[in-house]
Amino acid sequence: MSVQIEESPTTEGDVITNYTINFGPQHPAAHGVLRMIMELDGEVIERVDPHVGLLHRGTEKLIETKTYLQALPYFDRLDYCSPLCQEHSYVLAIEKLLNIEVPERAQYLRVLFAELTRICNHMLNIGAHVMDVGAMTPNLWVFELREDCLNFFERASGARMHSAWFRPGGVHQDVPEKLLVDIGDWLDNRFFQLFDDAMSLVIDNRIFKQRNVDIAVVGRDDAIAWGFSGPLIRAAGVPWDLRKSQPYDVYDRMDFDIPVGTNSDCYDRFMVRVAEVRESAKIIKQCIAEMPQGPIASTDGKVSPPKRGEMKQSMESLIHHFKLYTEGFHVPAGEVYVATESPKGEFGVYLVSDGTNKPYRCKIRPTAFSHLQAMDFMCKGHMLPDATAILGAIDVVFGECDR
Amino acid sequence: MNVLHSAPKFASNEGVIETLTSALGASVSVSKEKHGEIIFTVKRNAIEDVLRTLRDDHEYQQLMEIAGADYPDRAERFEVVYMLLSLTKNHRVMVKCSTDEATPVPTVTTLWPNAGWLEREVFDMYGVVFSGNSDLRRILTDYGFEGHPFRKDFPMTGYTELRYSEEEKRVVYEPVELPQDMRTFDFLSPWEGADYVLPGDEKADDKKADDKKTDDKKGGDK
Repeated sequence: MSVQIEESPTTEGDVITNYTINFGPQHPAAHGVLRMIMELDGEVIERVDPHVGLLHRGTEKLIETKTYLQALPYFDRLDYCSPLCQEHSYVLAIEKLLNIEVPERAQYLRVLFAELTRICNHMLNIGAHVMDVGAMTPNLWVFELREDCLNFFERASGARMHSAWFRPGGVHQDVPEKLLVDIGDWLDNRFFQLFDDAMSLVIDNRIFKQRNVDIAVVGRDDAIAWGFSGPLIRAAGVPWDLRKSQPYDVYDRMDFDIPVGTNSDCYDRFMVRVAEVRESAKIIKQCIAEMPQGPIASTDGKVSPPKRGEMKQSMESLIHHFKLYTEGFHVPAGEVYVATESPKGEFGVYLVSDGTNKPYRCKIRPTAFSHLQAMDFMCKGHMLPDATAILGAIDVVFGECDR
Repeated sequence: MNVLHSAPKFASNEGVIETLTSALGASVSVSKEKHGEIIFTVKRNAIEDVLRTLRDDHEYQQLMEIAGADYPDRAERFEVVYMLLSLTKNHRVMVKCSTDEATPVPTVTTLWPNAGWLEREVFDMYGVVFSGNSDLRRILTDYGFEGHPFRKDFPMTGYTELRYSEEEKRVVYEPVELPQDMRTFDFLSPWEGADYVLPGDEKADDKKADDKKTDDKKGGDK
């Protein structure tokens, strides 16, 4: 769009060329409470200044006043679209400090549900991204699948979203065999029909491509320098996935591929996610096939509580339970930084322990911070409606970004 | 130490401390490996050079995170911790330096563009100043917020609360009023390392008083 400067609105002889608009903080395409101050030249974005922090709740400060176990549910509430993957970083950080062994079945269960969370998260993002650029139907279809995932979480943990199911040393409760069978059935008989149907509407769609191809191209070196991770760095052609390169739990036994992009635009980021969903399905199936029997929480009584049945019979178990849920367990002094591959990228926890039952400091590395910071860099020279596509392809959730 | 946990496994730490300590020279004051993490404590003024050396000569391409931490007992109370990641060597290191309220830390926005927001966050939460960062605004707290909330001496409840005032037709800020005290329970068991004296326990240490009492008793017997 070219605007003749002479024809621009003028006041008393001054020519106005640029103007500033507020995108958000209440904008349906802002994926939450993002306020962006945009300097526009006509419809071309000259500068973007994202203002974050509107959802800041001081999670890290709150965690400092809670015991290690009480702090766990805060992680569900960060990125509320992929709760279990964030618990994963936190419990692994505690386990690294404690150096305790996690039973195999618990590791398999965690990997299975982390991947189910990934599918759940990508369903939301793919749907939202598609809707941001104008398509309505696919979003409704993939939300059906998201609903199925949430039902599986409910059957495992009792809660649809804020599961608090991963615990230091394992998971909270075992799952019924029927649930594993149902997840397998769902993947075989329902998931792909609906997902492939929805994607067939989008992937080769002319309008979708016009809105996404060659939008916000970020070179490989830039992606590394800006601290990109997750689908954004993979779309730039860097085959970097923490599940593969720094495996945790039983990811080293899983057989899956890392999809990478070639063009590093919004379309590639979208397609990387679509391909990742298929890889996650592969991992889930492998987990179900190989799931061993055995305990689901560490046998170390210092961190995991006694069984309910024992508590009704034995006084010692009751005292043990009471001690664990009031005082909690002590974690050896030290500091660790543990990062896992959350659906959005590298989600890290820097945990400082002073040897007591409460974390001295818990710094959370949100995935969105580095990505959102690059908004200005990615938007420059693009049209105003492209900003929503770029934002959709970043996959940002403000619960996590603002903490 | 035998590794039992299943946390992310990156490339071996073997020999990394020796190589990097000799490469970084005198700017490193302490280097240690604990819990499988390599941490270098470096002199504050050398932080930019150290990180540049690590990025350019030792393949630590990405700055993943900058974390602040507050240790009020120390002379230089704040720590700024930089988490580096090498994509090619598949390795992580932490580099940290310390500072106080007044002394600025050199910025690393010259090395990584994403350091800008990370430094803004440390500034916002702890009040650590970064010299050379041209855009050191608050980032997470409210517009016009005062104080640095993650400092250990900042109260959990904060100082102000806000509500929509129907009379004034706008959001008003008021001092915090709690209908109930902030509930903090101390569950640290006193025989496992609590550093305070339980009420009544001070009598146990009062050896002289005890001795005197027994002496009196003995005297009475005679």
